Amino acid sequence: MPFSSVDFLQALSAGILVGSTYALMCVGLGIIFGSMRVINFAQGDFLMVGMYAAFYLTTGFGILTFLGPNAGPIVAALLAGPIVFALGWVLHRFVVARVTGADVAQIEGAGAYGQIIVTLGLSLILQNGGLIVFGSTPTGIRTPLSRSSWEIGDILLNQGRCVSFVVAVASAAAVYLFLGHTRLGKGLRAAADNSQAAIYMGIDVDRAHRIAWSLGVGITAVAGGLVATAQSFQPYVGFDFVIVMYAGVVLGGLGSILGAFWGGLVIGIVQQMSTLVLPYQLQNTAIFVVFLLIIFLRPQGMFGRASERT
Amino acid sequence: MRTRAQVNRHRWAILGVAVFVVLLALVLKSAYYQLILTQVLLWAVLSLAWNLLSGYSGYFSFGHAAFWGLGAYTVALGMIDLNLTPWVAIPFCAIVGAVAAAVIGFPTFRLRGHYFALAMLAYPLATLYVFQWLGYQELTLPMKRESAAAYMQFSDPRIYVLLALGLLVATLLISLTVENSRFGMALTAIKQNEPAAEAAGINTWRWKMLALMLSGAVAATAGGLYAVVQFVVTPESVFGMLVSAQALILALFGGVGSLWGPLIGAAVLVPLAEGLNAELGDKLPGIQGVVYGIAIILIILLAPEGVYWRVLDRLSRRKPASPVAPREAPAPVPIAPRPRAATASDILVLRGVGISFGGLRALDGVDLAVPKGGLYGIIGPNGAGKTTLFNVINGFLSPDSGTIEFAGAPLMGLRPNQVCRRGIGRTFQVVRAFPRMTVLENVIVGAYVGAANDAAAERMALAALDRVRLSDRGNAIAGGLTTRELRLMELARALVPHPRLMLLDETLAGLGHDDLDGILGVIRQLRDDGITVLIIEHTMQAMVQLVDHFSVLDHGRLIAAGKPEAVVRDRSVIEAYLGKKWVEQVRVAAK
Repeated sequence: MPFSSVDFLQALSAGILVGSTYALMCVGLGIIFGSMRVINFAQGDFLMVGMYAAFYLTTGFGILTFLGPNAGPIVAALLAGPIVFALGWVLHRFVVARVTGADVAQIEGAGAYGQIIVTLGLSLILQNGGLIVFGSTPTGIRTPLSRSSWEIGDILLNQGRCVSFVVAVASAAAVYLFLGHTRLGKGLRAAADNSQAAIYMGIDVDRAHRIAWSLGVGITAVAGGLVATAQSFQPYVGFDFVIVMYAGVVLGGLGSILGAFWGGLVIGIVQQMSTLVLPYQLQNTAIFVVFLLIIFLRPQGMFGRASERT
Repeated sequence: MRTRAQVNRHRWAILGVAVFVVLLALVLKSAYYQLILTQVLLWAVLSLAWNLLSGYSGYFSFGHAAFWGLGAYTVALGMIDLNLTPWVAIPFCAIVGAVAAAVIGFPTFRLRGHYFALAMLAYPLATLYVFQWLGYQELTLPMKRESAAAYMQFSDPRIYVLLALGLLVATLLISLTVENSRFGMALTAIKQNEPAAEAAGINTWRWKMLALMLSGAVAATAGGLYAVVQFVVTPESVFGMLVSAQALILALFGGVGSLWGPLIGAAVLVPLAEGLNAELGDKLPGIQGVVYGIAIILIILLAPEGVYWRVLDRLSRRKPASPVAPREAPAPVPIAPRPRAATASDILVLRGVGISFGGLRALDGVDLAVPKGGLYGIIGPNGAGKTTLFNVINGFLSPDSGTIEFAGAPLMGLRPNQVCRRGIGRTFQVVRAFPRMTVLENVIVGAYVGAANDAAAERMALAALDRVRLSDRGNAIAGGLTTRELRLMELARALVPHPRLMLLDETLAGLGHDDLDGILGVIRQLRDDGITVLIIEHTMQAMVQLVDHFSVLDHGRLIAAGKPEAVVRDRSVIEAYLGKKWVEQVRVAAK
């Protein structure tokens, strides 16, 4: 073996820590895809907006500096959620809802084109608008935690990533409980399962979609805020994560929230472990290969169901 | 499909575009405008290539940058490493593109819908990282001052315009030919309803593959020329997401699945984006992308079908289309009545056929022998496995166990289109029409299996429509038919390749009394013409009147078989397996 067992454990632990934030963003995308069946190209760009939101709350405008350098970025990441939720709500209300929803889903062909092009358009606007507003210089949120590590045996665990891990897992668990145990969450799931039937049951499907969409981008933004403490970013960063997210969601099984979480975690592990055998630049290629393998071998994913009726 | 005159009109329009571009190139003074013009043409070619696959077949590709980029790198590396002139390398790109498409398509066409689109997204991006890793961050084509023309290096930018124009004209002509051939018809059928196309005998896999290879070849060729024009090739600029996005945005803007849509999209959006970038790019660095994004969102909200289709609809609304005179149906081709075998030899034999979905045993050791000639009915309640049985016979599903023989030869492992070619036609429980085609075109799709050429296909289709007594509706759009007409149309489509066995999946469901009689007459006529008919239903009434042989399917097992009267009288069987309600129904039916 070209690597030692310490390297292996180091990559595995890094993968789990990184994977937890991926898992959270996958949950966000999974909610949107699961309930609306929309391929949202702009998901990575909402992530980017979340990163900048967290950045301006801490370093930029310094609103949260009173919380100190350790707690501030975490609170900022969590606050990025509602900010992007509101942005998503507005965009859904005025743009996305026009091409998605229960009645559009019936239109054969035309509906699908519309959704793809609208999210592509949003992606272009957010990316390039971000370039105008935020500038192209890479930036980041510095925290003392991300520069220090805990040592367990020979393995180093980055403290910032460990904190992100806890926040990400807790957020994902909160979302999971919300969807499973509240009236609103159950309505969302019903609308996702069968929008027609949900309408007959008196569920406002368009509203359910709006909540799902906003919630989805908001959760991904929280993940973005967490990632922002660990790496530098610029307005085009979203694209790197789109593939991560789709790979994770497909791996978990399109439409399954729990699956999206595990899928994202696995993708993080694959990405970090690939550095053991592949050059650093090819770690995203490793994700693609895994992504393709999943699609071919088990397109319904780990938690999905295959169903087709003639 | 268009008439010859319409095709010729499009040819003239292509010529017109070519002349216009040449004039424009002569008029435009600055080299910068010439470059933009070249880019419009090249992006139009890429978008047309995308349209060849995705526009016609409905398989959305988010990954056409893979072909574009491979073309660009073929030219760049060929020139740098092998001193190969683009005059040779660019045609070679077509081969590279086609081979790459075959390699990509071979696994990827196992997927459909969102999964196909997402998988296509991965190819160019994975390639992008590989090229970065290989160290091809930025390739500049070497200057060849001595033999510039031999290496496609011209000081006059108008020559590039002409080269790109040549490529565009060729691509338009290819698209036009595809649109108006069996190829285009097959792709349209796949787009509108792939299972139906497959069941009608179209080898969907082969046509999709051909479309992707053609599309890849064209896109790679354009990418090769792009490298020559741009002079510098980077992985991001040729494999990047923006390339793939541009290919589909231009087509979506102009009109998907149309010959002119991609060109319209390129002509409007490419200069707009370039112009904005040049005017405002230094002050507002992303303005081009923002306006691009707003433009395409607006178009999708205001004219979601694309500019071309919107304008076409406007024009045809103002000037009501002259009603097409229904074409005269030729005298029905008499089908040689196959003599009914003296011995009741069985045309279809199933032995121990079983299939499971997860824990559900949908078919459990089904033994069935359908005698040649005659009407064989299978009834069973919802969920009994009736449609699954048909899906197993015609190849949509392959059984876990057991054997199926048709006319003495095994059917196992054949794809639906091959089963169709063997002589088994089928209809679907939910009618699988191609909703945007006319009734006649719907039936023609079924005729491609047996027809030598397109004219013969049309003749056969007209004859089949006549047999189901639907000739007068030949030019109606399938989307607007009544249930009865849809069922008859589907029947005609299954009938046109002259099957020996017809599988009818709840053809009688949802029909009123008057409609029922008409369809029963048609089905009886099929039997009298020598076609064996296997029909499944969940209502007993009509079946008892109709069929000669009768089986009952429940929970994946055949529980009774015989003459209808005998089975119907077997009260205990029916009561035990289908419940008391059925006994009532039988009593009513028997009266």
